[in-house]
Amino acid sequence: MLGVSEVSNLPHLLSLVTFTPAIGALLLILFKALARSDDRAIVERNAPAVALVTSLFTFALSILMLLEFNPADPGFQLVEEANWFAGFQYRMGVDGISILLVLLTTFLMPLCFIASMGAIKTRVTEYMVAFLILETLIIGVFCSLDIVMFYIFFEAGLIPMYLIIGVWGGDNKVYAAFKFFLYTLLGSMLMLIAVIAMIMVAGTSNIVELLAFDFAPGLQTWLWLGFFASFAVKLPMWPVHTWLPDAHVQAPTAGSVILAGVLLKLGGYGFIRFSLPMFPLASQFFAPLVFVLSVIAIIYTSMVAFRQTDMKKLIAYSSVAHMGFVTIGLFAMNFIGLQGAIFQMLSHGVISGALFLIVGVVYERMHTREIAAYGGLVHRMPVYAAIFMVFTMANVGLPGTSGFIGEILTLVSAFKVNTWVALGATTGVIFSAVYALHLYRAVIFGEMVNDKLAAITDITRKEMLMFAPLILATLIMGVLPVLVTDITGPAVEALMERIDAGLALAAPTGGAGG
Amino acid sequence: MMYLAIVFLPLLAAAVAGLLPRLTGHLGAQIITTGILAVSAVLSLYAFYDVAYLGHEKTVEIARWFSIGAFEANWSLRIDTLTAVMLVVVTFVSCLVHIYSWGYMAEDPHKSRFFAYLSLFTFAMLMLVTADNFMQIFFGWEGVGLSSYLLIGFWYKKSTANAAAIKAFITNRVGDFGFALGIMAVFVIFGSLSFDTVFAEVDGKSGQMFQFLGMQIAAIELVAFLLFIGAMGKSAQFFLHVWLPDAMEGPTPVSALIHAATMVTAGVFLVVRCGPIFDAAPFTSGFITIIGATTAFFAATIGLVQNDIKRVVAYSTCSQLGYMFFAAGLGMYNAAMFHLFTHAFFKALLFLGAGSVIVGMHHEQDMRKMGGLWKKMPLTWAFMLIGTLALTGFGIPGTYFGLSGFFSKDVIIEGAYMAGDAGRNFGYLAFWVGVIAALMTSFYSWRVIFMTFHGKPRGDEHTFAHAKESPLSMMVPLTLLAAGALFAGVLFKSDFVGSNSSEFWRGSTVAETHESALKDDHAVAKSSNDHEPKPSDHEKKQKSGGEHHVPTWVLWSPFVAMALGFVFSWWLYIRRAGLADKWAEQSKFLHPFLYNKWYFDELYDVLFVNNVKRFGDWFWKLGDQRIIDGFGPNGFAAVTAAMARKATRLQTGFVYHYAFLMLIGLVAFVSWVVLRGVGGQ
Repeated sequence: MLGVSEVSNLPHLLSLVTFTPAIGALLLILFKALARSDDRAIVERNAPAVALVTSLFTFALSILMLLEFNPADPGFQLVEEANWFAGFQYRMGVDGISILLVLLTTFLMPLCFIASMGAIKTRVTEYMVAFLILETLIIGVFCSLDIVMFYIFFEAGLIPMYLIIGVWGGDNKVYAAFKFFLYTLLGSMLMLIAVIAMIMVAGTSNIVELLAFDFAPGLQTWLWLGFFASFAVKLPMWPVHTWLPDAHVQAPTAGSVILAGVLLKLGGYGFIRFSLPMFPLASQFFAPLVFVLSVIAIIYTSMVAFRQTDMKKLIAYSSVAHMGFVTIGLFAMNFIGLQGAIFQMLSHGVISGALFLIVGVVYERMHTREIAAYGGLVHRMPVYAAIFMVFTMANVGLPGTSGFIGEILTLVSAFKVNTWVALGATTGVIFSAVYALHLYRAVIFGEMVNDKLAAITDITRKEMLMFAPLILATLIMGVLPVLVTDITGPAVEALMERIDAGLALAAPTGGAGG
Repeated sequence: MMYLAIVFLPLLAAAVAGLLPRLTGHLGAQIITTGILAVSAVLSLYAFYDVAYLGHEKTVEIARWFSIGAFEANWSLRIDTLTAVMLVVVTFVSCLVHIYSWGYMAEDPHKSRFFAYLSLFTFAMLMLVTADNFMQIFFGWEGVGLSSYLLIGFWYKKSTANAAAIKAFITNRVGDFGFALGIMAVFVIFGSLSFDTVFAEVDGKSGQMFQFLGMQIAAIELVAFLLFIGAMGKSAQFFLHVWLPDAMEGPTPVSALIHAATMVTAGVFLVVRCGPIFDAAPFTSGFITIIGATTAFFAATIGLVQNDIKRVVAYSTCSQLGYMFFAAGLGMYNAAMFHLFTHAFFKALLFLGAGSVIVGMHHEQDMRKMGGLWKKMPLTWAFMLIGTLALTGFGIPGTYFGLSGFFSKDVIIEGAYMAGDAGRNFGYLAFWVGVIAALMTSFYSWRVIFMTFHGKPRGDEHTFAHAKESPLSMMVPLTLLAAGALFAGVLFKSDFVGSNSSEFWRGSTVAETHESALKDDHAVAKSSNDHEPKPSDHEKKQKSGGEHHVPTWVLWSPFVAMALGFVFSWWLYIRRAGLADKWAEQSKFLHPFLYNKWYFDELYDVLFVNNVKRFGDWFWKLGDQRIIDGFGPNGFAAVTAAMARKATRLQTGFVYHYAFLMLIGLVAFVSWVVLRGVGGQ
């Protein structure tokens, strides 16, 4: 049973973590608005530093939050409640699952600001504001304990992302933004209907209470589908994945990092928070569908990734494949699978974030993402080559990196449920090696054929600062995954109890004995 | 802790040499890595003595790794005799290869990176052999795969080297695909990943069926079969062998260390380590025997006609690994380990000897351009001769006179006959294949000697004139390996497979009945219950005692095969030099078939490589772009495109639309809530 645990001795810590970036954004807007026209340039120049400091402060607060958190307690902690408006409640809280996703967000955000320094040349202040607001909204999604709040944060987060792609994006940003718009709109309209229906039936918008509510089996199916429409697009699952490669290609580097690193996880988080515990029967019913889509995603998008000529597209397709492991782990609906899926989300956040930063490094120097324009970079950029190798191996799931843990856990969970699924998904270990090594070879190895590369320079100190924490995170999570799974464990156990209880409830009427 | 030092010092060495090259310089990196490996090797020798002879086995727990319910595994070092043998092989050969590389890589501008990779490989291999659970062995398994990839592609300018590196990694991944599924099956069936727990449970699970892909399969067979697929990849067995010959693109010390002495034997190690599982899986064991025998034969046939000196040695490695596997498949785990042990010495010797020739010939590897080198490189010639004699199994049957390969290979061939005699599936087949492959081994090994060192120089005169003996740093390791190739067999026979074996292994391997038959006659009687041997034979065995109860013709058949191979080789390449080339030219089918390696590469290109590319393109251009996007967003786009084009600031336009719709939704929602009075109270 998921309950609300004791109140923290640091009140409003969660709100502080959530809204600190927004306060930073507000300050930036005020600075710019109040500055005289000749001082605006100064604001523009200093905006990245302000944003970076804000995000670092947020990260520090989130560490504090982690220290305050009691991992042994499966319930929601650091809970805050207040009346909002029109009978709505402001409710925040984190459990062992969401707290790590918050941490992933606050961890990646400073790196995004470092990556953006110098890379963004127009409307710098607005860019920083968009990112800071995005951070607040994403953290808000993970911390919300009220489904209305969740929905607002979830949907509003897309606006800054649109702006980031649309304003600071590449040549074909209109098309990408349009696709993003279309897919997400459809998904969120259906989810909105489901949310309204849930509140109507359960008589509450409190997530804690909704988690304890048993929805009728027939209704579960419809509600599940409503949520699925939104989460499947967000994750993304095959066949609603085609917006992702375009969005990535057009987004600036930091936009890709956040998109792959955190925004994709909103879908997975939604499944964990809503679909699985609230609609366990429907989840069980639709699990075969999810398995099929996931295995297709792994095989199909891996093959597509192999044929890409654009570095970012290749990594984007590989993201879809890796998210396939997440959905398999989730819908295996066992302890190992859930743990593995959560781990895979965190791990993929770090690895894919790092891979997009890696592309960003050479894009900033050469202004092209064409794989064919590169080759032989190791001659001029040995440190870069080494970092790229670390994340290539993490991406193919080499044991010792975090990528392995998520894959093996979700695969084991699938093997328990259905060996066909396990077999199909395990081919991913072959395919990932095919496309990842193909990319690495084409970019890094061989002779330097392109004359323009002759003057390319190796990683700067600033870039090293960006990669060092990511490398550490990947290796530590790979060597000592217990650090993560011990935190998520109790919450996942509680989740499993809830799922099992929900399934058991319907067993007599469903006629399935046992 | 000594064991921690053995395993983790090489990692430290790799980190220092790889991450701090500016601090250490090339010389510093060389000294640090080589010095540390020497320490590790000495400690391993002590560990070997301590464990195998004094019986101080232990498991060192380091840290928790995984712990998700019952799915748990620790980082730990399991030290038993089987591990200790591998520790000695790995650290000893690695140390020698480090030393050798001082000379071989002297001209290379990236020495510190090379030594870092070598040490990293050693670390991964040590993690593999010290694992006490399936997860850690997989960690080491993939770790050696990574190091192998990095070292094959070490000369990254060479396109062929890059291609070979990728081919090695991906082929190994195909094997790992099976291995990973095997680990999953182990966990799901046994509920644990720890070797001890799983092996203890094997008996209890015999007869249990498991539903796999809709089929009912015996649980133990399933586990064994999947694990063996992993072993096939790593040890380059038939079907998954294609990467090993190409791996010769890497520097020769790498070929000696990774692709001869250590990494490629990991598959054999896996089968021996999981002996309790394989021993309970007769079907899979039969499969292993078939694959091993096929590989032993098939690789030898290709070796007959190759002209690249390293490729011949590579195919010979492939073939010898086949011997080890069919031995293991027939339940002779100790014999397989014995051959692994001796093979490490003489094959590393042959590779490093070949490397010495290559350096002497200024990086020429084509034997057609060699000849007559023995005068120029007498030491290398002598070492190669020792290696060849050891590989071909030179020795007098029934005596203690022989080189290391004689003892280990003959034990396998005789054991195969005895296994067949005892009614074991494919035992006789393995015996005959073993004898025929031994003939071919002898032929191609002597062919290497004759083409390289004897006859008239056929290559570039200038190169030949400047050919000279390699430096001391390369000769010292060759000397030590030569000592191993000469004496490892006779010294360790009684420990590995002889009368002392049960005290030596102390239960770390499964001693099979007909294997111990070589020293214990009662076991023969026991194991032949289901297959009645002729009483007279049986009596003879009873009387003869010791290891000489094998029929005399069986005992001598490897010797005859070896001698015949030598004679053919001598006749074709010395007596009637040039005849072989003429035959090759006239051959319409056989020679091209063998020379092109049975066309496996071409077959795989057609079957896999091309299809993955084709399907990738289909999925992308047809699936994603035409179907999904065409009917989805682009169909919409066609409708709205005109509208979209008019807007000057489109991106914000969409945002406004979106925000507007969201707002409408929210407003509708809020008003509904307010009207219905359903809030959060």
